[in-house]
Amino acid sequence: MTPLLQVTAVSKRFGGFVALSDVSLDVRRGERLGIIGPNGSGKTTLINCICGALRSDSGSIGFDGSDVTRLPSYKRTRLGMARSFQIPRPFASMTLAENVAVPLEYVRHRGSLHRADIRGEALAILEQMGLGDRADASAGALTQVDLRKLELARALAARPSLLILDEVMAGLSSVEVDEVLGIVLGLNRQGMTVIMIEHIMRAIMRFSERVVCLDAGRIMAEGPPEHIADDPNVRRIYLGA
Amino acid sequence: MRDWTKFIAGAVAIIAAAVVLTRMVQNEYVFFASYVVLQFVVLATAWNILGGAAGYVNFGSGAFFATGAYTAVALIKAFDAPLVVQLLVAAIVTGALGFLVGALTLRLRGIFFSIATVAVAVICETVVVNWSFVGGSRGIAVLQPPAPALFGSYTRLLFVAMALLAVLAVALARYVQISWIGRGLRAIRDNEEAAESVGVPTMKLKLFAATASGALMGIAGAPFPLYMSFIEPTSAFSLNYAVSALAMPIIGGTASWVGPVIGAVLLGSVQQIVTVTVSSELNVLVVGLLLVTFVVVAPQGILGLVRKLLRRSKGPLPARDKIPLPGRHKAPLPLGEGRVRDNKRQ
Repeated sequence: MTPLLQVTAVSKRFGGFVALSDVSLDVRRGERLGIIGPNGSGKTTLINCICGALRSDSGSIGFDGSDVTRLPSYKRTRLGMARSFQIPRPFASMTLAENVAVPLEYVRHRGSLHRADIRGEALAILEQMGLGDRADASAGALTQVDLRKLELARALAARPSLLILDEVMAGLSSVEVDEVLGIVLGLNRQGMTVIMIEHIMRAIMRFSERVVCLDAGRIMAEGPPEHIADDPNVRRIYLGA
Repeated sequence: MRDWTKFIAGAVAIIAAAVVLTRMVQNEYVFFASYVVLQFVVLATAWNILGGAAGYVNFGSGAFFATGAYTAVALIKAFDAPLVVQLLVAAIVTGALGFLVGALTLRLRGIFFSIATVAVAVICETVVVNWSFVGGSRGIAVLQPPAPALFGSYTRLLFVAMALLAVLAVALARYVQISWIGRGLRAIRDNEEAAESVGVPTMKLKLFAATASGALMGIAGAPFPLYMSFIEPTSAFSLNYAVSALAMPIIGGTASWVGPVIGAVLLGSVQQIVTVTVSSELNVLVVGLLLVTFVVVAPQGILGLVRKLLRRSKGPLPARDKIPLPGRHKAPLPLGEGRVRDNKRQ
């Protein structure tokens, strides 16, 4: 079976700074992949290249059997990619329900809007994320924690086959981390492939089947979590030990 | 659907009232002045489709308006084309102009579109000044055709036509606002990258809004030569149109289709009164002062003020100010409040 996501020799530079050099990565269907690495190692740039927010300078990106290297980001979302942003980017002038309604209208029910129960589905997704009672509140007035949950809710509303989470748990309490982990693991059990960037090691080690460690734009270690945690290079550059 | 029937009933009532007015009122000035107010309803509504919904500010509304007017002049001179044809062709020409400016600049976020619209104003005026077929800088006289018996005078016919156009423009703006298109445009305004990431084709939507907005501005300008019986570049490209087109929605409130209508009726009427009672030079000053006052005191416009007052006295928002999401659960959703310009960059 071909992998769901095939990143082949992707490079990206910003002026003289090389953010990614020759990164290749395959993600198989249903996999839970963790990406770690120190700040500035290219994790978010890699995600941006995969999702289309940035165009890679060279290399190719294949998704679900098609080459998406040149596709704009909204088309990749329609093919089944969804992401959360490291710094939450809510639609601040809208309510939570409307925030979630956007992907429902533009991805899931595109072309059959007249038959869809957008409000009902938006409420169900918010309910699942524990934001049900806030559905009609303005997204501009949310706390950091709720903003992160909204990011996740909005990504899920597109019903992606590949979910990419960029530090979705940063700032959450350990109870909330467990809660979000539970939700994501549940989605994965239903067949969703998940890529997770995270600094919370406890979460990433528990969550991932495979961990990739980036450093200075290159993959410097890759393997099962316990293996990565023992890798001397990873310990040196990432854990500072 | 109840909302739609109410809206259509209101629209039909306005057009009927306009027709009845032409039969009842003797004073020709009433139609002369009301035409201008209605023309500003179209112009302000057009501006708001792109400026209010998506947050891309057009400083060159005057150029779109005048291009519509001069398209009509060219058609009258070349083919003696009837009003309907003038309106349609003007819409196509200025819609194409909107599309072109959008295609060139909307790929870049931020202020580039606004700067380009200023340039468009200069370019269009230069073209017209040097185009002697439509009168060049001297201007050109346009004869009103004889009025049909029903209306009594051609100005009255133009007044009814502008009432119809205003209703159509507002209907389009209202549809855009409450449909998925409007939610997409607001998503773009709030955060373009996030909008793209949840499947919103941002470039296509912005181009659609720029085209629709441009076409409506041209439609507002197309009957202008016949209305004035004379047109010359300085008055057609007057700064007054560009300023009014953005001042009216901002003063009325950009969050809803009602805002530009309120702003246009209010400001347009004040301008007419000032022109008659004080001086015609002063009315631009009035617009400027009101704009500054509102931007400082009530950035959400009159709609925002009303909403704030209602909330203070009653608590929850009135149902009319809410946009419901489609679906079985009919509890209405309020429009978002603080139009926070979100961090576009990390």
